[in-house]
Amino acid sequence: MAEPLLSISGLHAGYGGTEVLRGVDLAVGPGEIVAVLGSNGAGKSTLNRAISGLVRPWRGSIRFGAAAIERESPVAIVMRGLIHVPEGRRIFPNMTVRENLDLGGYRARTRRDDNRTRVFALFPKLAERQGQNAGTLSGGEQQMLAIGRGLMAEPKLLILDEPSLGLSPLLVEELFALIRSINAAGMAILLVEQNVVQSLEVAQRAYVLENGVFVLEGSAADIRNDPNLKRAYLGL
Amino acid sequence: MKGWAPIGLTVAALAAVPLFTSSNVVLNFLVMALLIALVGQGWNLLGGYGGQYSFGHSAFFGTGAYVTAILQMRYGVNAWVGFCIGIAAGALVGAAIGALSFRSGLKGSYFALVTLAFAEVLRIVASVAPVTGAGVGTLIKLDLRPEVFQFQSRAPFYWIILGLVAVSLILVRLIEGSRFGAYLVAVRENEDAAAALGVDAMRVKLGAMTISAAITAAGGGFYAQYFLFVDAGIAYGPWISVEALLAPIIGGIGTVFGPLLGALVVKTLGELTKLVTGDAPGLDLVIYGGVLVLVIAFAPRGIAGLIADLRGFFKPSLAAAKPNPDRGHG
Ligand SMILES: Nc1ncnc2c1ncn2[C@@H]1O[C@H](COP(=O)(O)OP(=O)(O)OP(=O)(O)O)[C@@H](O)[C@H]1O
Ligand SMILES: [Mg+2]
Repeated sequence: MAEPLLSISGLHAGYGGTEVLRGVDLAVGPGEIVAVLGSNGAGKSTLNRAISGLVRPWRGSIRFGAAAIERESPVAIVMRGLIHVPEGRRIFPNMTVRENLDLGGYRARTRRDDNRTRVFALFPKLAERQGQNAGTLSGGEQQMLAIGRGLMAEPKLLILDEPSLGLSPLLVEELFALIRSINAAGMAILLVEQNVVQSLEVAQRAYVLENGVFVLEGSAADIRNDPNLKRAYLGL
Repeated sequence: MKGWAPIGLTVAALAAVPLFTSSNVVLNFLVMALLIALVGQGWNLLGGYGGQYSFGHSAFFGTGAYVTAILQMRYGVNAWVGFCIGIAAGALVGAAIGALSFRSGLKGSYFALVTLAFAEVLRIVASVAPVTGAGVGTLIKLDLRPEVFQFQSRAPFYWIILGLVAVSLILVRLIEGSRFGAYLVAVRENEDAAAALGVDAMRVKLGAMTISAAITAAGGGFYAQYFLFVDAGIAYGPWISVEALLAPIIGGIGTVFGPLLGALVVKTLGELTKLVTGDAPGLDLVIYGGVLVLVIAFAPRGIAGLIADLRGFFKPSLAAAKPNPDRGHG
């Protein structure tokens, strides 16, 4: 990995007086899929929020390309092309599917129509339902919409927070195939997941987060065979 | 209701009314209905589009009214200038209350209660402070010249309040179609998701509250010129906070025409009640309460929502092409 797209070092962050991330180092190279695994409460979403500026880091540095972004506003970070699809299908329920997508499209406003066409090509279901209120979509469709809305901003790096949560096994298969195909077009992806097996299949490298520190990191193949994975992930 | 034609037609039709009648009763009724439509449009921008329900819009109405009146009577400022400064002062009060409550993360019923508290504080201060005339109130000297925003007949007042309502309709329609408007609705729908898209929720809410307060303050300034009298109960009393939210909720929250429709309905009901019962105090409030319960139970998207549904019912082909003509929310 020559020049990382995202590089984090010595990151501490938390809420109020509670420290959640206790010194985290991470890098994502151009065109890479990197998985961050960890059990509930390990601090995965906090890491995502710190990267995208939604939680102020306490200490440490976050670089995106050549820029230091650890003090930047969420808006500025989005405008740089670092797009975060938060966990839990955060869609706008009383807006139509199309309005939801367009809200993601302000970064690349002039190419919004083209990008929407591309998103509809990826998710034909969304095209069929574009005039429908997003709140009436099924859970899986809402997840697709949240990802599609992220893609509308033409991300350089896409952060997906537990995209497979609550999807049926068949949809999970489809989702991971989709992640692979988005990545094949050159987009770097930071994939935060609890679905270890499938994440390690699509990712090139992975980190395992436990209690706010990385306890394991390496190539996906190495991590898959690591005996400590079970211990770290299942807390055994 | 997309597009500009409905706004143009509605305003043109209303503008023609004084050509057909010079009845003071009719014009007075319409002036009050339009005043509530204006004040309600202010509430609607913040509450309907932004999802921040204020119980204290009298804070802005009263500031607009008092500043307009006091600048004339105590500082000899021209009424029109005073009116404009009153709007700016209302906006400032909105920005200040917004900054304090949004910065401390107040949402939902907490936000509603805090706005109510601010309005009450202002009412109490206004009822004792010498500059407002304390308990006596401020009278504006009768001087029936257009240069000082006073007129011989009701028609000019009517056209002025209609003009203000027209501006508010256009403004809200413009905001609805703008990036700021989309962000505002996104914040209402899901603040966390909006934040992840890079929307600065705090700034968006603050902007909405400032514009909302300015619109409502314009209603206050107009009121002062129309009645030539302001006191603490009129300016900062809960009556106007209630009407400000009643009109858009009944008419259709988060829609351009909701406040106007609601204001006409509310005021008509009010007049009908008076006709039937004489001036039994408080009965109009009972009626308002009843209508509000009915609307919330059976037409959560208000009259505008009902109209949209009916249109869908009678034009099924149109409904199939675009199932969500309105994005009202309940
Ligand atoms: N807004 C908040 N205020 C206070 N504490 C928080 C907040 N958000 C998260 N936490 C705490 O921070 C810790 C890490 O939470 P985080 O959401 O980062 O975990 P996670 O790894 O994403 O878990 P999950 O897999 O369940 O989503 C938890 O102990 C949680 O209770
Ligand atoms: Mg999480």
